[in-house]
Amino acid sequence: MLDIFDILGPVMVGPSSSHTAGAVRIGSMARTLLGSTPVEADIGLHGSFAETGQGHGTDRALVAGLLGMRPDDMHIPRSFEIAEERGLRFSFRKLQLRDAHPNTAVLTVKDAEGKELVVQAASLGGGRIRVDKINGVDVNFTGAYNTLIVRHKDVAGELSRITNELAVGGVNIANMSVFRDRRGGDVLTVIETDQKLKPDVRERIRIIYAVNDVTYYEKEDA
Amino acid sequence: MALDSMREICEKAEQGQKPFWRVVLETDIEEREVTEEASMEKMRFTWKAMLESVENYREDRRSVSGLVGGDGQKMRDYAKNGTPLCGEYLREVIATALCVGESNACMCKIVAAPTAGACGVIPAVLVPLYKSGNAGEEEILQALYAASGIGAVIAYRACIAGAAGGCQAEIGAASAMAAGALTALHGGTPEQISHAVAMALKNLMGLVCDPIAGLVEVPCVKRNVIGAVNAVSCADMALAGITSRVPVDQVIDCMGEVGRRMPVEFRETALGGLATTPFGKSVKEQLESKNG
Ligand code: SF4
Repeated sequence: MLDIFDILGPVMVGPSSSHTAGAVRIGSMARTLLGSTPVEADIGLHGSFAETGQGHGTDRALVAGLLGMRPDDMHIPRSFEIAEERGLRFSFRKLQLRDAHPNTAVLTVKDAEGKELVVQAASLGGGRIRVDKINGVDVNFTGAYNTLIVRHKDVAGELSRITNELAVGGVNIANMSVFRDRRGGDVLTVIETDQKLKPDVRERIRIIYAVNDVTYYEKEDA
Repeated sequence: MALDSMREICEKAEQGQKPFWRVVLETDIEEREVTEEASMEKMRFTWKAMLESVENYREDRRSVSGLVGGDGQKMRDYAKNGTPLCGEYLREVIATALCVGESNACMCKIVAAPTAGACGVIPAVLVPLYKSGNAGEEEILQALYAASGIGAVIAYRACIAGAAGGCQAEIGAASAMAAGALTALHGGTPEQISHAVAMALKNLMGLVCDPIAGLVEVPCVKRNVIGAVNAVSCADMALAGITSRVPVDQVIDCMGEVGRRMPVEFRETALGGLATTPFGKSVKEQLESKNG
């Protein structure tokens, strides 16, 4: 749902809320989900992102996001140069996806340890985004809330252990969805919360027996 | 609860004996679960960013295609040294709309209001009033609450993106927000605010989104001018007691309907309108050959 600062805002570097601001958010979402600093990024552009992306600075915006910038960062136009200084290698190609939103990017990012992650996300307009896939698993969340993504084994009672930790931590759940990865038998549980999650709450969830890993995206403040 | 009609805002204002903008502020406090101070602070931050978007304008910047840049300064110079047809306020409005629209096209910092393409309209009508000392910061913030409440209703009932409803949904919505903000600022009643919004939206009804080469440059920058000037005239009409014959919520619904029925060629796809004029096509070809 839109609040009045979605109407009057975001404060952003132009020229397009969907092709520039949204693209920055997609890049920074990929960085967050990787959980570390990316050193390599292969960026696929689909639909209107591929067609008019260059003129809107979509390419620079995505790289800016991967560098951890926010949509109002004045350095976005210089992101390619900054990436080079900081040792982030990147490349672009055009993609044709089936049934994807016209403003979609698929980012394959890698950190220095070789950890790799593939994120597919769409820019919905007004700077809002939606993550559609993580490592090939269909998901659906927007970053409009604080978002906890837990990958865990598909065993009975696991969800209640996770939600119990949230309850103990005083965190209210706004939305929760469960996505099954057909290949590995793993489950991705995406929990959107009203409150921010303190590191200790995240840590208590991470050490739950069947949990593989925990990723956390904190909603932008301004 | 969300703002879903102009009538609802007006009724709440009347029942609570409070101004239009305060109803919007209270809704924000309730919805986002923040204090009044926190909401106001965020609005002040937004306003400061708008002011900066005007002050940081530089005439030597050019957009990606090279089509946009320098016009804001031309208008400023002419306003100062020429013999403009417009009075002092309106010439500043025109110059400001151009400056902010150009800055956006040149990847500078702006406030999407409601979108980046239409980011010049609201600063164009408010910043000149603030700079000339005709409106203080508090009044401006109140006007911005009024504008955002109007935008929220339009987003809820219709749409605020060129891709969804054509330029009438971007520049049109911005113009309606600006018209309402000006009317509020000049002491208009919620009723008068509603008429200003209705008139502004009606005047730009059907406007297509047809950006050349798909870039937010031509015609976007100058459409910010028409959005702003239209807002000023509609606010003045409403303050003069002139009313919209069609009720405001019906006008908003109608804009949404026109947008839905608008051919896809006229909804930000750059497949129609100015984008497919011989000139528009040649710009696109040049860009493509440049980018390989
Ligand atoms: S023509 Fe399209 S892109 Fe340009 S301002 Fe209007 S709605 Fe926005």
